[in-house]
Amino acid sequence: MKTVDARGLSCPEPVILTKNAFVSKEKEYQVLVDNVTAKENVSRFAVHQGYQVTVKEQGEDFVLHIRK
Amino acid sequence: MKQEKTFIAAAGIIIGVISAALVFFGNPVNMGFCIACFLRDTSGALGLHSAAAVQYIRPEIIGLVLGACIAALAGKEFKARGGSAPVTRFTLGVFVMIGCLMFLGCPFRMILRIAGGDGNALFGLFGFALGILIGVFFLKRGYTLKRSYKMPWAEGAIFPAVQIAFLILLAAAPAFIHFTEPEGGPGAKHAAILISLAAGLIVGVLAQKTRLCMVGGIRDLVLFREYKLIIGFAAIILSALAANVILGTVTGTAYFNPGFAGQPIAHTDGLWNALGMMLAGFGCVLLGGCPLRQLVLSGEGNTDSAVTVFGLMAGAAFAHNFGLASSGEGPTANGKIAVVIGLVVVAVIAVLNSRKQEA
Repeated sequence: MKTVDARGLSCPEPVILTKNAFVSKEKEYQVLVDNVTAKENVSRFAVHQGYQVTVKEQGEDFVLHIRK
Repeated sequence: MKQEKTFIAAAGIIIGVISAALVFFGNPVNMGFCIACFLRDTSGALGLHSAAAVQYIRPEIIGLVLGACIAALAGKEFKARGGSAPVTRFTLGVFVMIGCLMFLGCPFRMILRIAGGDGNALFGLFGFALGILIGVFFLKRGYTLKRSYKMPWAEGAIFPAVQIAFLILLAAAPAFIHFTEPEGGPGAKHAAILISLAAGLIVGVLAQKTRLCMVGGIRDLVLFREYKLIIGFAAIILSALAANVILGTVTGTAYFNPGFAGQPIAHTDGLWNALGMMLAGFGCVLLGGCPLRQLVLSGEGNTDSAVTVFGLMAGAAFAHNFGLASSGEGPTANGKIAVVIGLVVVAVIAVLNSRKQEA
C-alpha cells in the first residue's frame, strides 16, 4: 500500500499528489491530510476515479484509505 | 457530491445578489465586493498610502474574515497553521495586488464587472485564465511552497483580532485614520457600516463552507475536470447579472450597462487589462487561492494566508505610492513596468519551487 503524505500542503497539491500516486495502479492507497478541505477534495477526486474512500481521524490529521 | 454542487450554486446566487445590493446601498458601481480595492482602501485609511480618493476601512473585509472565522470555529475547522514559505507568499501577495490594480479589481470584482456589462473585464478574464494555465503548468511540474505546520492557537487568532481592531477604528474614527472626503472618490462611496459588515459576514460564512475560490474554478477544471468551484464562479456572474437587471428595472437607474468606454472605475486598455489579470491569476495559483480565499483561510487560522493578505496590503501601498495603479484614464508607465517585473518575479518563484516528482 502506497502512502501519500499531503499534510500542510496548499490547494490543490494534495489532489495532485494523489493523482500522481494513482499512476502506479495499486489496489490500495493511504493519504494523510490535515484539514477538512483537503479531505473533501482528495475524497471527491478518488471517488470520481472509481475508488472507495474511508476516512479516519488521527489526532489533528485525517487518514484516507482509498481502495478500488 | 451532488449536494455540494447545489450548495455552492445556491451560495453563488446569494453572493451575486448581495454584491449587486451593496451597490444599491452605496458602494461604487460594479464594486459590491472587490477584495483588492477594499484592502487598498483599508491600507489608505491606515495611512500606508496617501491616495486621498481611496481611503476607507472597508467593513466587508472585516466581515469576511470574521464570518469565515465564526464558521470555522462552529465547524471545528479553526486551526492555527503556518510556516509554508511566508516571505515568498508575502512577495506573491504584493505582485498579485499590483496586477489587480493594473486591471482595477480582483478576480471577484472582475466577475462583478462582467455582470455589470463592462466588456473590458472580458480581456481581464482572458488574461486571468491564461495566468491560471501558466500556474497549472508549474503545479504539474511539482511546484510547491512545502508544508505548513501547527502553530499556537493565539498565532492563528491574531489576524481575526486585527479585524476587530479595524472595526473599532472605523467606528471611533480617530483623526489619524484617513477617510476619503465626501464626493472625493471611490473611497467615499460605501454602504452603511452595518450593511457592509453584515454582507461581509454572510459571504464569509458561505465562502468558508463552500471553499469558494475564483482561481480554483478554472484551475480545478483544467487539472482534474472538477466542476465544483466553477459552478460557484458562474452562479455569481449569472445572479449578479440578473440582480443588476432587476435593480435597473425597479429603480430606473441602469445597473447593467453593456459596453467598453466610460465603464465605472475601469479603463479600456485591453492588453494591460489582460496582463494585469494574468499576473493576478498566475500569482494566485502559486498561492493556492484568490484574494477572497486568502481572507477566508486567514479567518480559519491560516497564518500563511494572513501573511499573504499583509502582502496584498503592502502591494496596494506600493501601487499608490509609486504611481503603479491604473485609473479611469488608463494604465501608467510605472504600472506597466511593475506588471512586467511582477510576471518575471512570479515566474522565477514558480521555477525555483518546482521539481519533477517521481511518479
